[in-house]
Amino acid sequence: MYAYDEIDRTLINERVAEFRDQVQRRLAGEITEDEFKMLRLMNGVYLQLHAYMFRVAIPYGTLSADQLRKLAHVARKYDRGYGHFTTRQNIQFNWIALADLPDALADLAEVGIHAMQTSGNCTRNITADQWAGVAPGEIEDPRIWAEIMRQYTTLHPEFSFLPRKFKFAITASDHDRAAIKIHDIGLRLRQNDAGVTGFEVLVGGGLGRTPFIGKVIKPFVPGRDILSYVEAILRVYNQYGRRDNIYKARIKILVHELGLEKFRDEVEEEFLQIGDGPLTLDDAMIEEIRSRFTYPAYAKLSDNPEELTKASADPGFAAWLANSVAPHKQQGYAIVTLSLKPVGAPPGDATAEQMDAIADLADRYSFGEIRVGHEQNLALPHVAKRDLPALWQALDRIGVATPNVNLITDIIACPGLDYCSLANARSIPIAQELTRRFSNETANLIGRLHINISGCINACGHHHVGHIGILGVEKNDEEFYQITIGGRADEGAVVGTLIGPAVPYDDVANVVEDIVEAYLALRQRPDELFIDAVKRLGVEPFKERVYATR
Amino acid sequence: MPLVKNATTIADPFVHLADDAELPLDGAVLVSAARFLQDPEALIGRNSPLGVIWPNNRPVDDLVPYLDRLAVVALVYPSFRDGRAHSQARLLRERHGYRGELRATGQILRDQFVFLLRNGFDAFEVKKDADAAAFAATAKRYSVFYQPSSDGRLSAWQRRLQARHSESAS
Repeated sequence: MYAYDEIDRTLINERVAEFRDQVQRRLAGEITEDEFKMLRLMNGVYLQLHAYMFRVAIPYGTLSADQLRKLAHVARKYDRGYGHFTTRQNIQFNWIALADLPDALADLAEVGIHAMQTSGNCTRNITADQWAGVAPGEIEDPRIWAEIMRQYTTLHPEFSFLPRKFKFAITASDHDRAAIKIHDIGLRLRQNDAGVTGFEVLVGGGLGRTPFIGKVIKPFVPGRDILSYVEAILRVYNQYGRRDNIYKARIKILVHELGLEKFRDEVEEEFLQIGDGPLTLDDAMIEEIRSRFTYPAYAKLSDNPEELTKASADPGFAAWLANSVAPHKQQGYAIVTLSLKPVGAPPGDATAEQMDAIADLADRYSFGEIRVGHEQNLALPHVAKRDLPALWQALDRIGVATPNVNLITDIIACPGLDYCSLANARSIPIAQELTRRFSNETANLIGRLHINISGCINACGHHHVGHIGILGVEKNDEEFYQITIGGRADEGAVVGTLIGPAVPYDDVANVVEDIVEAYLALRQRPDELFIDAVKRLGVEPFKERVYATR
Repeated sequence: MPLVKNATTIADPFVHLADDAELPLDGAVLVSAARFLQDPEALIGRNSPLGVIWPNNRPVDDLVPYLDRLAVVALVYPSFRDGRAHSQARLLRERHGYRGELRATGQILRDQFVFLLRNGFDAFEVKKDADAAAFAATAKRYSVFYQPSSDGRLSAWQRRLQARHSESAS
């Protein structure tokens, strides 16, 4: 965990005071809605279909138990008793009153949580691998760099009014759980041949109406130069990114229109000017941030404790263990994913009671730490293996032990037309219906399969990179859905392929069933994943199966 | 329109000169980039202070040969959402060493004063009287900053390193 110092605390308190003043001026009619819109967006406040929505940042997906309790408190006191975890390590509250927002922010600031730059045309919440610091085989904990990046981008005087939103993601693992290739800037921590820690830098990834996979702009930037290099990218984008058309304003379009080579030349020229300047990170600065991260005092424990062997006779526990528990870098410990995708519920939602209970379990079993992943699930990152049976029972009692992590019912979905003023179609009921269609037994038979659902072209549900992607569109005032297959968001990121004409709302679950049946019939072996089968076979056989009778 | 300089509202000593208006013999004038670039030497050669209004889509590099002879560079915010002039300001101050008045014009909000100051602006054409009146208070809204920038105030990292240094020295 990163511990705020006096500077961090002062800054977020000053931000709360500023926002309180902005809300007061709006309520007094001293500023227009247009002016206020930009100010509130920079603090994560959207006007949705029914109410204001409030988006709170969970930088690099790390929460303390006290922070999670405070989120529960906000849900209970100012909202309707629940929150929605998003694909970018944020939590959203959907029913908050404008006049309450400053108080909610002040409550959150007590535990070092803020909502700065969770929307608007600025650098957004810095996201990272949710297993950062505990996954086996990392170069080092990427959250140290994510925190450096968070501070650098927070209230940046030059880059707070960019052409469009700007998202960073960081990973330190070969297997990319942070979806860095679909971010404006993706950073992969690596070491060069001389043993220097630095980054592979990707630029220009993003979804929305024109999806692009990020491209490597520089294979290695030493850690000391990373802020200068990022500043060079942002400065080129701030000056040359398009501002005439909101749909062409992301950096991905600039990179595409200039071409990667030309864009890289511009960045390199700028970097030449500012390299070795005030943004250079010397070892003392990096150490200063690193020293504010605390790590658990792990005990020397067995990887095969008696408790685990005993409990494994219970098929319920065994299924959960096989599905939701992952290896930890520390012997005797495990990473436990908490599924927020129970049958029939909106993906990513948690009630205040669940949040409080998870915070207590984190204190008891996970050194007081919780993680939030872009798949809209939570994780307890430091669980002693001997505690797994007891933890499972406790998680099961509060409904977050559905053993469906990475399976077909572990669906990513945006809020869709149930909440969002941008949406063309509903997302949540589609997800709910799919969780009812596929039993856990069937889901296990199918194996790893990601379904991503967006209620409009803005792609908050990351439909382009779902193994099966579902995009809501509107046709003659009715909800229709385009289906893509073959997308993925990891280190092999690729945009999915459309299989044919959009299908009506009532038919979406049937289409998914048809695709799955085709896959089960066509796969070479039970361990050939859906995504690998699509790669081998192309979309044709799936298309034929779906449209033969439609 | 109020002009705020050194945190107080003052009368603008510069006359905004339209492109087709006759050049007065003396007196401080502010001219467009287009007019300036037609004959920069003639304008600079007058014995009165000269300012140029520089659009946000033109590289400030073109202005560099004249910077030490300009009294004002006025950068433009066509909308309060358009942040291009923020980059121009830092380039003028940090890369090109411009020390004259750097003026923010166009659509700027009270809530942007801190950003503008941090980027090196020291004069502000403010649309609303209330915003001008609130300038001094608004400029002090933040006491800590994460980034190094043009206004000379210490960044968070510099402060932390200083604190650490003084701890180890004591």
